[in-house]
Amino acid sequence: MTLTTDAAATPAAETRQPILQARNLVKTYGRVVGLDGVSLDLYPGEVLAIIGDNGAGKSTLIKCLTGAEVADEGEILLDGKPVHFKRPQDAHLAGIETVYQTLAVSPALDVASNLFLGREERRKGILGSVFRMVDKKGMRKKARQQLADLGITTLQDVTVPVENLSGGQRQAVAVARAAAFGSKVVVLDEPTAALGVRESNQVLQLVKNLRDRGIPVILISHNMPHVFEVADRIHIQRLGKCATTITPQSHSMTDAVAIMTGARKA
Amino acid sequence: MSQSTQQVPATTGPHDLAEEFLDRTTPLSRLRNVLHRYPALSPAIVLVFAVIVFGLLNERFLNPANLSLITQQVAVVGTLAIAQTLIILTAGIDLSVGAVMVLAMMITAQVTVQTGIPAILGLLLGLVVGLAAGAFNGFLVTKLRLPPFIVTLGTLNIFLALTLLYTAGATVRGGDMPDLLTWSGTTFNIGGVNFTTGVLMMLVLYFVIAFILNNTSWGRHVYAVGDDKEAARLAGIRVNRVLMSVYLAAGAILAIGAWIQIGRSNAASPNASGDLNLDSITAVVIGGTSLFGGRGTVWGTLLGALIVGVFRNGLSLAGLDVLWQTFAVGVLIIVAVSVDQWIRKVRK
Repeated sequence: MTLTTDAAATPAAETRQPILQARNLVKTYGRVVGLDGVSLDLYPGEVLAIIGDNGAGKSTLIKCLTGAEVADEGEILLDGKPVHFKRPQDAHLAGIETVYQTLAVSPALDVASNLFLGREERRKGILGSVFRMVDKKGMRKKARQQLADLGITTLQDVTVPVENLSGGQRQAVAVARAAAFGSKVVVLDEPTAALGVRESNQVLQLVKNLRDRGIPVILISHNMPHVFEVADRIHIQRLGKCATTITPQSHSMTDAVAIMTGARKA
Repeated sequence: MSQSTQQVPATTGPHDLAEEFLDRTTPLSRLRNVLHRYPALSPAIVLVFAVIVFGLLNERFLNPANLSLITQQVAVVGTLAIAQTLIILTAGIDLSVGAVMVLAMMITAQVTVQTGIPAILGLLLGLVVGLAAGAFNGFLVTKLRLPPFIVTLGTLNIFLALTLLYTAGATVRGGDMPDLLTWSGTTFNIGGVNFTTGVLMMLVLYFVIAFILNNTSWGRHVYAVGDDKEAARLAGIRVNRVLMSVYLAAGAILAIGAWIQIGRSNAASPNASGDLNLDSITAVVIGGTSLFGGRGTVWGTLLGALIVGVFRNGLSLAGLDVLWQTFAVGVLIIVAVSVDQWIRKVRK
């Protein structure tokens, strides 16, 4: 039933090709079944939220999709082609960017350096090829552009060290980095968990901006109001399986929690 | 972070007050932000201040010959401190820099003198020894995942023992060596001040390493690894590869330090390492580089090495006991680290 509800939930599903697909993923840890045949489709320009109780398999599912774990069975398709991620770097190179809960930013480096960390751009000509000089000016300019494109207005100065920023601003830097460099999919793991009300709203707005730019987002969250505010579809994990996929229009928050906890059949 | 934008006024009142409080800048906090941004600034202020004070205390201090002497006294420890800076930037520490330098120096000097190979081959041999020692330290840190403090405490003893076993404690005199080996001790005159080639070599190394740290991806990765290893890994940086390259670079720099040391003392003595291991750390720390990694510059380290040199020289010209020099260096270290801690307490 998991597959049929997907189609029902998204009217345009038949006409559009999913960017990311997971087919019957199974992952076991010894005798513990983390994932018990989970499938998932992510379409261009949508926010897919994944919710579920603790131990429902949210994290395992995300880890398999981002290369942090390798599924025992099942397959993952990116743009319709099967992919095999053995480590996070593989998913990263394929265009799946993950923003981790622990915010992988380097505190002492400035905003622009963080956006380009690990993929610095070199200067043109002999300065870049022989002297290996990085293009600081160019990277700052692009960083400013990137932040403006994403509607991040709280970060004016890209030369500020990240440690001088607030939690929401750091989150914005992490998200901006994930969204940069032509990534195909952005995965956000509990992006609002550590933030205050105002900062959470900024991050949610950022998620919407990402979607508006056509970048699909997978959002893992415990926060139902946040999920219902930004998600186009909601994948509910329960006991290692996908209980159902709903939309904020088709179900209420109470329904979602009821399905998540097993109080109600999907 | 202006709060002038139209928020819902009534409910956000207390919130805004809190933010205003956090944003409040005092002259002291502004100073802290500036020092935080330019870590080499505080040692620069200390150095200028020290030069002025010692110059006023004794007119011989600013004498060109005396200034030249200070640079020569600083050349070896200043070079070792470059290697030390690289390693401390990755949140490591290297207690074995002096030992590696002496091992490379003794092998260079003794092999060259005993076998009569060209001096350039002797120097290359020293480079290989430095790289091998760096690779060994790097291997233990990255592959066996041992803390750098423990690794280098062990290799400090190992390298010192190897040096003494190999040389049987014998010194090689400069007069017995080919000219190239002692070339680093030759002097030349710029504007009335004598410099040695060794001092020049040290300065060139500072320029090269500062350029690399500031302008290349590798340089940024060194900072990122020291700052937050896990964040660097998740950003796609190969942390172990960066660490290994840092230990190798340090080994190569130490081999150059060995050459400078031969010129400085016009001899190669197996007991030359003395206090160099710890003095290099002193220069780095006084230079504003954080022992927690990810923060600092090699220019700060040069200033730190010069500060130590100026203090020792100035206090000795003022006629103070050599022990008071050591006392002053101890005070400097503690003040420098206190300032670093205070600077790091910027608004989170």
